[in-house]
Amino acid sequence: MTTEPAAQAALHDDLLGSAGDGPDREPGDEGASIWRVAARRLRRNPGAILGAVIVLVFVLVALLAPLLAPYGPQELPGRAEIRPTYIPGPSSEYLLGLDRYGGDLFSKLIWGARASLVIGVLSTLLGLAGGAVVGLVAGAFGGWVDTMTMRFVDLMLSVPSLLLAVSIAAVIGQSPVAVIVAIGVVQVPIFARLLRGTMLAQRGQDYVLAARSLGLSRRTVTMSHVLPNSLGPVIVQATLMLATAVIEAAALSFLGLGGGSPTTAEWGRMLTAAQNELEVAPRLALWPGALIAITALGFTLFGEALREALDPKTRKR
Amino acid sequence: MSAVDGVPLLSIRDLEVSFTTDHGTTTAVRGASFDVLAGETVAVVGESGSGKSTTAAAVIGLLAQNGRVSGGSILFDGTDVTARGGGIARMRGRDIGMVPQDPMSNLNPVIRVGAQIVEALEDNGVARGDAAWRRAVELLQEAGLPDAERRAQQYPHEFSGGMRQRALIAMGLSCRPRLLIADEPTSALDVTVQRTILDRLEALTHELGTAVLLITHDLGLAADRAQRVVVMYQGEVVEAGPAEQLLRDPQHEYTRRLLAAAPSLASRRIQLARRTGGRPEYGEDLLAPSADADGEHAPAAAAPPIVEVEDLTKVFRLRGKGLFSRSTELTAVDAVTFAIPRGTTTAVVGESGSGKSTVARMVLDLLEPTSGSIRVDGVEIGARTRAEEVAFRRKVQPIFQDPYSSLDPLYTIYRTVEEPLRAHEVGTAAQRRARVLELMDAVALPAALLRRYPAELSGGQRQRVAIARALALEPELVVCDEAVSALDVIVQSQILHLLADLQHRLGLSYLFISHDLAVVRQIADQVCVMEQGRIVEQGTVDDVFDRPQQAYTRALLDAIPGRRLDLGPQAA
Repeated sequence: MTTEPAAQAALHDDLLGSAGDGPDREPGDEGASIWRVAARRLRRNPGAILGAVIVLVFVLVALLAPLLAPYGPQELPGRAEIRPTYIPGPSSEYLLGLDRYGGDLFSKLIWGARASLVIGVLSTLLGLAGGAVVGLVAGAFGGWVDTMTMRFVDLMLSVPSLLLAVSIAAVIGQSPVAVIVAIGVVQVPIFARLLRGTMLAQRGQDYVLAARSLGLSRRTVTMSHVLPNSLGPVIVQATLMLATAVIEAAALSFLGLGGGSPTTAEWGRMLTAAQNELEVAPRLALWPGALIAITALGFTLFGEALREALDPKTRKR
Repeated sequence: MSAVDGVPLLSIRDLEVSFTTDHGTTTAVRGASFDVLAGETVAVVGESGSGKSTTAAAVIGLLAQNGRVSGGSILFDGTDVTARGGGIARMRGRDIGMVPQDPMSNLNPVIRVGAQIVEALEDNGVARGDAAWRRAVELLQEAGLPDAERRAQQYPHEFSGGMRQRALIAMGLSCRPRLLIADEPTSALDVTVQRTILDRLEALTHELGTAVLLITHDLGLAADRAQRVVVMYQGEVVEAGPAEQLLRDPQHEYTRRLLAAAPSLASRRIQLARRTGGRPEYGEDLLAPSADADGEHAPAAAAPPIVEVEDLTKVFRLRGKGLFSRSTELTAVDAVTFAIPRGTTTAVVGESGSGKSTVARMVLDLLEPTSGSIRVDGVEIGARTRAEEVAFRRKVQPIFQDPYSSLDPLYTIYRTVEEPLRAHEVGTAAQRRARVLELMDAVALPAALLRRYPAELSGGQRQRVAIARALALEPELVVCDEAVSALDVIVQSQILHLLADLQHRLGLSYLFISHDLAVVRQIADQVCVMEQGRIVEQGTVDDVFDRPQQAYTRALLDAIPGRRLDLGPQAA
């Protein structure tokens, strides 16, 4: 603290002047970064909480599948009870009933969560990593590098994403890896464009000019100022992308591009199998379909809430 | 004016407006009361957050969704407009007109300007069809828009800021309201444009007998244009009265401080105070810099200038409209020559588009000149070795206009102020920490703020942080690019005093870029007036301000609000 009277007067005025910033600040909130403020705002948003609960349950179920599922992913415990015209419904032994091959639906749904999580997370990570590299190169160098990269990205975006994914999966072959790569590659241009756009906007900010005036190298300015400030929208997008990835994974498996057999515990694959039994046992399609929708909803709710919490425009309110 | 009788047109009594936010209820206006008589202009003055705009929004019933009138009454011609079903929606436009603050975002970009006025006319049943269009053109003409017939056919993006504001004035007055609310109608415009627009508004409302509620942060402007002034501070009306009387004999402490800080009224106090090494004489002496009486850093006139700019030119290449069309060239800075003597302040003034910021960027070596030379401390900038660049960066530091964007939002204040030291590998961690504390002390910020993030600081505090960062490497030249333009007058005055004080103590030289001549007069020793890329006049502050040679400079000077006022001994 200073002892100069003039300085103290100035300080006093500034404190008075800062009263306008008051409403969003609380005691104990000093030194809270944007992320902590965002976390606080998330806690007050019912949509965010619902989304977070769904995501959390989904992740827990996926991680704890071996403990939660009564049977293994490939086991067919009720094989003997299946008749061509009859598939046993819920019972105390099989909570949600059996499927066409005698697998326990409940167990398969749990294992399916794991498959969806793995595919969703890995493909989004792949898309994020690829997009970040492309976007960073374009955003950091600018000029003709930027032009070339972005035209290539436009080219990728002009192909319908599902078509692109199907082509990639067709080239690689039918396997879960193909699905991951296909969805990941489709996401690359989206992340690249987003990161480049935010970086370009940040590059014009005064604090970046100030950093350049300090004599920091271009790399330092980019990596320690521009990039960290551009990550917010990218993280929001990644959360939203997880929802898309879960749906697309199901779609690609539904189309049979995920490999495996009809008994594989994967939601999209289960839907494919269920379409033949719609009249006999509609629940076989309803459960995986509902879970895909709910999981996607959870990620979307959370992502949207995160976007709102990080949005500087709404931050002041 | 034509105040026909004593019955006020607008009568606000004990108005209370509150907003519901995430954190409960905040009261933005507390017990505000004042009247506006028919045909009278009343100015509401205050800094941002004082509740002046909220009051205006409450009158016209356009509070933000989370806001409501929680107490008191607003009587317009005897009707309480705050009452449910009070019919404010029907009065809007017809009885109460509005000229909003930002001309850039308040016109619909996809509708022709004329059609937007026609819409207002038809909506309020004033005129229809062709008659409405003819009326719209007339209104635009009235608002001082040349070639109104053709202009009415154009879209907002074809209009300049001043033209848009004229269109908004035409719209606000289109239905001949009895009260016009003008919320900072000219804050976004250059001073000369500001002046012609306000002149036009004044003449027009006078002619029509319209009462005006003028919301402004500029006390000088309020005093110029209004018969009565209402001063608001933190949601309360602290003082109200006839303009002249209020300025001559302010009763409230806050009004006195506002008056002391208003650049347009303060003339040359800071400079004079610094020269004589004495304390400036005005009002309550809260804002005075701590003046070291010894004056050991008196400008050494004999030393070579810190900066010499010669024939500096910058040409921007603008991309052509079509794919293959030629690119056009724009000369933003045209053969500019000036020098900054060591330990003094040279101001570059001009309106937007005059090229003054481009000059600043080039002196900071953030932009490469097309031709010409800049020598800092005798060394030519540009095309240097890495070592030379490092030396240059340590010598020259910037302070930017917007304290909200000049600090990295993810960095704590400590990290922000320490960054220059770390980047240049100055001292050990402990030494750097000591230096940061020293710098915070120099800009009068408490060390407790070091752990905070920029979002938690007020505008004035942020600008102090930006100054601390700029000073960290002990530069010789500080380039202030509109460094105080975004601040409220009282904070602005504090920062100006701080800059003057630091100059005195550290022997700094400033290149001070500003559009605000009143501010320039307070801080600068030398002035360069720029118009369309050229320096049209330069000289000492006294020469330029007291004996302007160019018509352009005179127009700029005349446009400073509050200049016509003579406040007697107060404005020494």
